[in-house]
Amino acid sequence: MSTLQLDRSDERLSHDLTPAGRARAALRNIRSGDLGPLPVIVGLVIIAVIFQSLNPVFLSSGNLVNLMLDSAAVGVISLGIVCVLLVGEIDLSVGSVSGFTAAVVAVLFVRHDWNWVLAVVVALGIATLIGLTYGLALTRFGMPSFVASLAGLLAFLGLQLAILGDQGSVNLPFDSFLVTFAQVSFVPPWLAYVLAALAPAGMLAAGYETSSRRRRANLSATSVRVLVVRAVALLVGLEFVAWYLNRERGIGWMVVFFVALVVILNYGITRTGWGRSLLAVGGNVEAARRSGIGVRRIYLSAFAVCSFLAALGGILAAGRLASANLSSGTGDVNLNAIAAAVIGGTSLFGGRGSAWSALLGTVVIAAIANGLTLLNLDSSYRFVITGLVLAVAVAIDSLARRSRASHGRA
Amino acid sequence: MTTTASTTGNDTATSTPLLSLRGVTKTFGAVNALTDIDLDVARGEVVALVGDNGAGKSTLVKVLSGVHAPDAGTISFEGREVQVADPAAAIDLGIATVFQDLALCENLDVVGNLFLGQERNRARLDEVSMEVTSWELLQQLSAKIPTVRIPIASLSGGQRQTVAIARSLLGDPKVIILDEPTAALGVAQTAEVLDLIERLRQRGLGVIMISHNMEDVRAVADRVVVLRLGRNNGVFDAHGVSTETIIAAITGASDNVVTRRRERLDGAAGEAAAGRPATTDEEVAR
Repeated sequence: MSTLQLDRSDERLSHDLTPAGRARAALRNIRSGDLGPLPVIVGLVIIAVIFQSLNPVFLSSGNLVNLMLDSAAVGVISLGIVCVLLVGEIDLSVGSVSGFTAAVVAVLFVRHDWNWVLAVVVALGIATLIGLTYGLALTRFGMPSFVASLAGLLAFLGLQLAILGDQGSVNLPFDSFLVTFAQVSFVPPWLAYVLAALAPAGMLAAGYETSSRRRRANLSATSVRVLVVRAVALLVGLEFVAWYLNRERGIGWMVVFFVALVVILNYGITRTGWGRSLLAVGGNVEAARRSGIGVRRIYLSAFAVCSFLAALGGILAAGRLASANLSSGTGDVNLNAIAAAVIGGTSLFGGRGSAWSALLGTVVIAAIANGLTLLNLDSSYRFVITGLVLAVAVAIDSLARRSRASHGRA
Repeated sequence: MTTTASTTGNDTATSTPLLSLRGVTKTFGAVNALTDIDLDVARGEVVALVGDNGAGKSTLVKVLSGVHAPDAGTISFEGREVQVADPAAAIDLGIATVFQDLALCENLDVVGNLFLGQERNRARLDEVSMEVTSWELLQQLSAKIPTVRIPIASLSGGQRQTVAIARSLLGDPKVIILDEPTAALGVAQTAEVLDLIERLRQRGLGVIMISHNMEDVRAVADRVVVLRLGRNNGVFDAHGVSTETIIAAITGASDNVVTRRRERLDGAAGEAAAGRPATTDEEVAR
C-alpha cells in the first residue's frame, strides 16, 4: 500500500516508517550536521548536572520558578533576534531599545500619569518605528544592519538617559498591573494542569487533522499511534513540570505569556507565507527577489518585529524590577538576547532557525546566571562562562553548517 | 519608444505578438549591454535567443523578468504596453523565467521552492495541496526526485534544473523564458525538456529559449533571434536556415574563426558540422 503513495513511489527512498527506522533516520540527520535542538538540550542537561551537584538548591521547585521568571524578559527580546537572524541580519541595539522603551513607559505612566495601557502602546509604537528605520537604512541606503543598529545602540542609550532625567530612575508602583503581572501573578494550580493538558491535546488534534488530509491526498502520513505516543509523552512531561512548579509558587503568567509568544512566532515562521519569505530571504535573497517576494517589506517586517519584541521584553523587565533606570537594558542584556538565539540553534548565517531556539537558549543563559549566583560567584565568572558557552554554540553552528554542506544538506 | 525595427523578419505576422519588445536599451555604467533590441514572441511559438558570451542574452532575460528595468524602449504584452517594474509584476503578467543560476533557495525544500512567492493560503500554508501539486508537476516533467521534502541543497544540478523549470510552470504563465535550460542536464532529461518545450508550444504558450547548443535550437525553435554585442543581428526561420548562417550572425561576419577553419579544411572533406561549439573552442585553444 505504501508504495502507491505519491511521495513514497521512488524506489531509492528508504522507508523509515517503523520506530527503529525513524531512529536510524534521526541518527543519520545528526551525523550529517542537521543537529536541530540537540546541542542545546545536551548543554542543558550538563548544566543541570553540574550545578545540582554543586548546590542541591538548583533544581528545587522554588529556584526553577525564579529561573523561569528571570528568563521571560530576555527571552522575549531574543525572540525578536530570531526574526532578524532568519533574514541573515542582526540588531545589536535590542538592549538599548528595551531600556529606552521601558523608560518611556515609566515616564509616561508615573511622571505624566498616563494610563499604563496607553503608555505601553505608545512605547511599542515607537519601537516599531525604530525597527522600520533600521529596515529602511538597510533597504534604501544599503547600510549594513550591523552598523545601523550599532549607531542605534548608542543613540537610544542616550535618549534613555535623557528622558529619565537627573533622578536616573523611575519606580513603578507595586500595585500597578505591570509590576504585579511580572512579579506576583501566578497561574492557579488547577489552571496550570488544564493548560498543560491543552497543549498536547491541541497538538494531537492538529496532527490528526494534517494526517488525515495527507492520507486523503494519497500522501504518506504519520500514524495515529505515533501521534498519540508523542502527545502522551508531552502530556506527561508538561504535567510533571506543572506539578513540580506548583509545589512552590507555580508558573508565572509572564512565563505563560512568553511561551505563548514563542508558539505564535513559531506558527508565523513555519506555517505562513511571511515565515517562508523570511527563510527564503535568509537563504538566497536574490532568488527570493526573483520569485516575486517583496524583499524590502520582508526586511522591514523582520526589523519591526525585532524592535517590537525588544520593547515588550524591556517593559516586562521593568515590571520585574518595578523600575526603569539607567541600567535598564544595558550591560549584558543585548548580548544575552543574541547569544540565546544562537545557543538555541538559530544560525548566524541566515535561513535557519526557529522560535523555540529563543526559549531554549534563554533557559541555558538564565540557568548559568542562576547557578553561578547560587554558588555566590560574582558576575565576572558569569560573563566568562556565558561567553564561552556562546563561543561553543557558534562553533557548533559553523561546524554543523560545514558538515551539512559536505553531506549535501542546506 | 520608436520602432526602429530593421531586421525583424516577423513584421508580417498575422496576429499581434504575445510579447513584443521595441528599442529596448540597457546600460550598466559605460557599458551598453543592450541597444535597440526588438523581439517578438507569438502564441505557440518557440523563439531561440542565441549569441556569444556577452551578447546580452541574460541581460535581456533579466529585463523581461523584471530583475533589471530597461533604460529605454517599450515592452508590449498581449498588445498592451506594460511596465515590468519588478519580478512580481512579471509573474503577474504571466511571464515566468527559469534563470541560468536557477535562483533557488538551498535551505528550503522542493515544495517551498516551487511555491516560493506564490504560496497557497499565506495565512495558513496549505502544505498538503502544495505537495500534491508539486508531485504532479514533477511527474509531468518525468523528474527523478526521490522526495519533495528535502532541501534543495541535497539535489544534483540536473534535479535543481528540473525544480526550477517546474516552478516556472506554476500559475499558468503565458510566456516562459528558459535561460540555458539544458546546460546541466543529462541525455534523457535534455530530451524531456525539449519535449516539454514542444508541449508548451502546443498549449499555445510563447517560449523564449536561450541556448548555445545549436542542435537543441534547431530541434525545437521556430525562429532564431541572434544578438551580437547587445544588438539585434538577424532573425531566421529555424527550419530554413543553415547552422553556418546562424554562426556567422553570432560571430558577426562571414570572416571568422569558424569559416576560416572551414576554408582550411575545404577540399579535405565536406565537414558540414562546422557549427559545433566545440569546433570554435578548439580553434581558440590554438
